[in-house]
Amino acid sequence: MADIRSLRDAVAELVHDGDTVAMEGFTHLIPFAAAHEIIRQGITDLTLVRMTPDVIYDQLIGMGVARRLVFSWGGNPGVGSLHRFRDAVENGWPRPLELDEHSHAGMANRYVAGASRLPFAVLRGYRGSDLPERSSTIATVTCPFTGEELAAVAAVNPDVTVIHAQRADRRGNVQLWGLVGVQKEAALAADRVLVTVEEIVDELEPRPDAVVLPSWTVHAVAHVPNGAHPSYAAGYTVRDNDFYQAWDPISRDRETFLAWIREHVLEAP
Amino acid sequence: MTVNNTATDTATDTATDTATDTATDTATDTATDTATDTGSPAVTWTPDELMTVNAARALSGSRTCFVGIGLPSAAANLARRTSEPDLVLIYESGTLGSKPSRLPLSIGDGELAATADAVVSVPEIFNYWLQAGRIDVGFLGAAQVDRFANINTTVIDRGPGRSEGRLPGAGGAPEIAASCGKVLMVLRHSRRNFVEKLDFVTTVGHGSGPGDRARLGLLGEGPVAVITDLGVLRPDPETAQLVLTEIHPGVTVPQVIEATGWKLRIADTVGVTEPPTQAELAALRALKSGGDTRA
Repeated sequence: MADIRSLRDAVAELVHDGDTVAMEGFTHLIPFAAAHEIIRQGITDLTLVRMTPDVIYDQLIGMGVARRLVFSWGGNPGVGSLHRFRDAVENGWPRPLELDEHSHAGMANRYVAGASRLPFAVLRGYRGSDLPERSSTIATVTCPFTGEELAAVAAVNPDVTVIHAQRADRRGNVQLWGLVGVQKEAALAADRVLVTVEEIVDELEPRPDAVVLPSWTVHAVAHVPNGAHPSYAAGYTVRDNDFYQAWDPISRDRETFLAWIREHVLEAP
Repeated sequence: MTVNNTATDTATDTATDTATDTATDTATDTATDTATDTGSPAVTWTPDELMTVNAARALSGSRTCFVGIGLPSAAANLARRTSEPDLVLIYESGTLGSKPSRLPLSIGDGELAATADAVVSVPEIFNYWLQAGRIDVGFLGAAQVDRFANINTTVIDRGPGRSEGRLPGAGGAPEIAASCGKVLMVLRHSRRNFVEKLDFVTTVGHGSGPGDRARLGLLGEGPVAVITDLGVLRPDPETAQLVLTEIHPGVTVPQVIEATGWKLRIADTVGVTEPPTQAELAALRALKSGGDTRA
């Protein structure tokens, strides 16, 4: 059963040094507030998993929280580079970053295998690409029925998955909708699940398009309105495209970046 | 302290920007506002507009399109506003049939979901819709492309003693290029983007030549056109190598050869693309400014 906790307590209890952590949300519902709490608590040596590292992991990587990144597309969507990610990979600043790099189809299927508690998933993927040469989690498997050679990708089973959702009820049942990305798979693949929500309600009103994570699949729910900013929660907030544009100059320079984190994360409550 | 190597970073930066197909299209437009005169009064356009209009025209006759963000998204949305009003736009964020009124900055903009026929999960969009071969056209950008229309969006070799320059990575491209019925590509034309040899093969176009796609088990036909700000390249049916088949008004063949990093083959007859129409330009500018020109 999920406990309703403060974000501070939930992060302290569920996220530990050295964990493999997936903070998902495909552009929509990205759990920024929880990431900022991880930075504030000084949690480190994480393996970060996420299809699109986005600005959220740019911030974590720039603060040296991660030693390894598992991903499939590392850009600032519609804007350009993730400069902290590039600085870590190209120059080892503030620390070297190991990569395990996939395609979106491969990463999506790794979560599916993880949620299904299977060791791997199969797909028609990576054919002719150089990507398998650089990853130990991409291989091939022969179909026992047709003999077709297919790509196999290892399951992802995070120690902790963190997501943001529109609502939860007081028992900790979680409801999210709009672009639902891979959050259901990422949550069901993990040992521990932390969900931040826009709103806690007495009773969840059923929605035909919603993903529901029953309370017994979630470990902690924290009430964090606007906890996805600069991403968004459909029905509650809108994507702050101006912030994504503004992040480019902020993140280009190490000192500007650190000053931004100091002001907006470390010294923020 | 800033990142070292500011000068050499610029190359990667620009390449990365191309790969992510920046929504800074507007900045580019103003910077390169080289108006072309067609004789009709005051119809002018930028090279980027020329590229986008021609990329949109390439979607003529298509029913469904898996859309990359940036230049491909601009072209696909323009096609839906002009020649192909029923074109189904599919984004990897899980939207089938998005009808945005303005160009989205990211594939996750709320309007893509709010205007869609259906919204599905990311595993579903890749497994049930893309991998199953249900989508006619994949529309991609690229950082580096070679003569067989293979794509690199992963790393740039910056020379001996230097670490690799980082690009965003694969995203959906390898499987989009594998599984869509055919592939269109749109990117700006320069020697940095059109290279003799890719530093990394992220996404296979025609591999190392004829028969490679079949040998690799890639379902679709692969790249059928690369639309640039200078003209259009198409693979030769015999050799699978890109050949210059059309130039845009005001562009010369030597100019395209100069902007290509390999010895570009030229078609026996090189066509000239039709200038953008008033309607196309109005629709494109409205999309970019957020307005809607339709009643």
